[in-house]
Amino acid sequence: MNSMTTFLVRRLTATVGLLIVISFVTFCLFQFGPADPAAAACGQECTPERVAEARVALGMDKPFLTQYFSYMSGLFDSRTVGAPGAQTLCDWPCLGKSFQTNEDVTTIIERALPYTLSVAVGAVVLWTVAGVTLGTLAALRKGKTTDKLIVGAASVGVSLPIPVTGLLLLLVFVSTLDVLPFTTNAITSPFGPEGFDGWFLNYLLPWVALAVLFSAQYIRVTRSNMLETLGEDFMRTARSKGLSRTKTVVRHGARAGLTPVVTMLGLDIGLLLGGAVLTEQIFSVPGVGFTAVHAAQMGDLPVTMAITMLAAFFIIVANVVVDAVYAVIDPRVRAA
Amino acid sequence: MTDSPVLPSRPPSGADGEADGPAPAPATPPATPSAGGGAAVTARSLLGTAWLRIRRSRIALAALAVIVLMVLFAVLAPLLTGIEGQDPYTTRTSPDVLDDYGTPGLPLSYYRYPSGEHWLGLEPGLGRDIFARMAHGARISLVIALLSTAVSVVLGTVLGAAAGYFGGKVDMVISRIMDLFLAFPHLLLVLSLTPILQSRLGGTALDRGSLLPIASLVIILGFFGWAYLARVVRGQVLSLREQEFVEAARSYGASHRSIILRQIIPNVMGVVLVYATMMIPTNITAEAALSFLGVGVKDPTPSWGQMLNAAQAGNWYLTDPWFLAVPAGALVITVLAFNLLGDAVRDALDPKSSRG
Repeated sequence: MNSMTTFLVRRLTATVGLLIVISFVTFCLFQFGPADPAAAACGQECTPERVAEARVALGMDKPFLTQYFSYMSGLFDSRTVGAPGAQTLCDWPCLGKSFQTNEDVTTIIERALPYTLSVAVGAVVLWTVAGVTLGTLAALRKGKTTDKLIVGAASVGVSLPIPVTGLLLLLVFVSTLDVLPFTTNAITSPFGPEGFDGWFLNYLLPWVALAVLFSAQYIRVTRSNMLETLGEDFMRTARSKGLSRTKTVVRHGARAGLTPVVTMLGLDIGLLLGGAVLTEQIFSVPGVGFTAVHAAQMGDLPVTMAITMLAAFFIIVANVVVDAVYAVIDPRVRAA
Repeated sequence: MTDSPVLPSRPPSGADGEADGPAPAPATPPATPSAGGGAAVTARSLLGTAWLRIRRSRIALAALAVIVLMVLFAVLAPLLTGIEGQDPYTTRTSPDVLDDYGTPGLPLSYYRYPSGEHWLGLEPGLGRDIFARMAHGARISLVIALLSTAVSVVLGTVLGAAAGYFGGKVDMVISRIMDLFLAFPHLLLVLSLTPILQSRLGGTALDRGSLLPIASLVIILGFFGWAYLARVVRGQVLSLREQEFVEAARSYGASHRSIILRQIIPNVMGVVLVYATMMIPTNITAEAALSFLGVGVKDPTPSWGQMLNAAQAGNWYLTDPWFLAVPAGALVITVLAFNLLGDAVRDALDPKSSRG
């Protein structure tokens, strides 16, 4: 357990370091990247006086590092933002205020997160089940028609961009066949008044759009890892001890063959929590990705910056979780 | 960037250019001629190996044929639209063209579907020629994908090779930068930085055929896409640098630069070629995604992503799926062909990594 603790401490230190660097780099990109964030902040019709005001309001008259530290201080305490005389309180946790609506950025993100979560949960379940089942099936039937069909479908699935799949799904199931509703903003969880059914039907198409792309990748990875595992000695041993083929595959094969899938899954979940940008946009689900697209189109820098940081945070945390899970499963990792 | 988007005449030539000489950038002119001979052999055998494998697979051959045709199509776009007698920008909004059943903007069915006059019909709303937009869009989509892949490949190969070869502090710094790039949410960052870069480069990207969105997409996609390749190259170089032929080169006094360019890089070209082939469809999709979201190539400049955006705008694709079929078809067929070719190249050159 000692080596485990050392491993975790080392990993966590590196992670905190990476998080600080990422927040700093992101801050620099958005605060100093644009030609004039102050002009962006004050919008289309803007007098030079108002730009100057916006400059002060954004704290851009202060030194470089001060700007970063005062921004990050919002994570620990509420702070005041805005020009002197027109200051407003930004509640903890504070990541600035939207240029567009002057709302706290964290409020905007909090509002968007349940939608993103709803999209992510169903999509992950759907593509994992489909990908692992079909991938295993293809491995067991290697070279047969079933295998060829599944592998072919996976090749096509990988090549279907989300905008194409999404628009096709809307065209077929909503517009033409009229069997599914247009997504509504009212449903954010399966526990609301619309119940599980309403939630399920509302998010089914976004799930399918994501699952087509992702399950294709999971089929490929599952298939190749299962093929590798099926050839291992311990599988033959298990069979020779009289275990049935199904039991061998499920009890012994799955554990070894699916470890890479678990890794992939962890990382993909981390990625998805930062917002399924295209899917949310196409199905008008006002999640984190949807919010990011609109903020990017409107030049609402505080919102895009905060969402980028949040998404990077999810990715990094997912990496740590995957590493920790791996270290538990496979003791050799800890030594590395 | 280039003045006019000129595409390489055949699809692997992007990678071909990479493999022809070991020098990945024109920064080292003296190394190229002397290394040319030895490296050309490597390059030929590398592509030769890939070709042998591709030739045996009917699917890979078909994929290659589709790519060659699509690239030819893009290169010859001005010629083809000239034969058709149309251009991608002329608008036709008069009600006897664009007002079907009293739906303003919807082309009459004669103008909506393929005809001798308009090979793929007219766009809803503005009445521009779809074939001309699709052909010119192919140029822009492919140029963006190929150039951004080239940027990523050069950055990834050089930085990965440097990290693996020098080790120590160089490795630590480059590896940390790789970690940083890999931790960024790719699409989100590209999405929010593209408008910023476009405003930096000046202009609104709304000029006809403007190079601005093309340049900014190439820079952003290229600059944020190298880290994964660099990590793979670094791993390969770590084991390469311990091998005898590198030892030998070192013992006769070859400089680091010459060892990296002549010994190391030619030996990682196989894996680089594999990743380059797989990066191209990713970048085609990324361009389509960004333009679809309205932050990449913008109207009136055509690209496949921009055409998808136009088909979705005003829900025209629900009125008639034909408007969706053209850009979506071009996109899916091209991406599929590149993916299938990528699989074949990977099987041929990198049999160990059957995972990806």
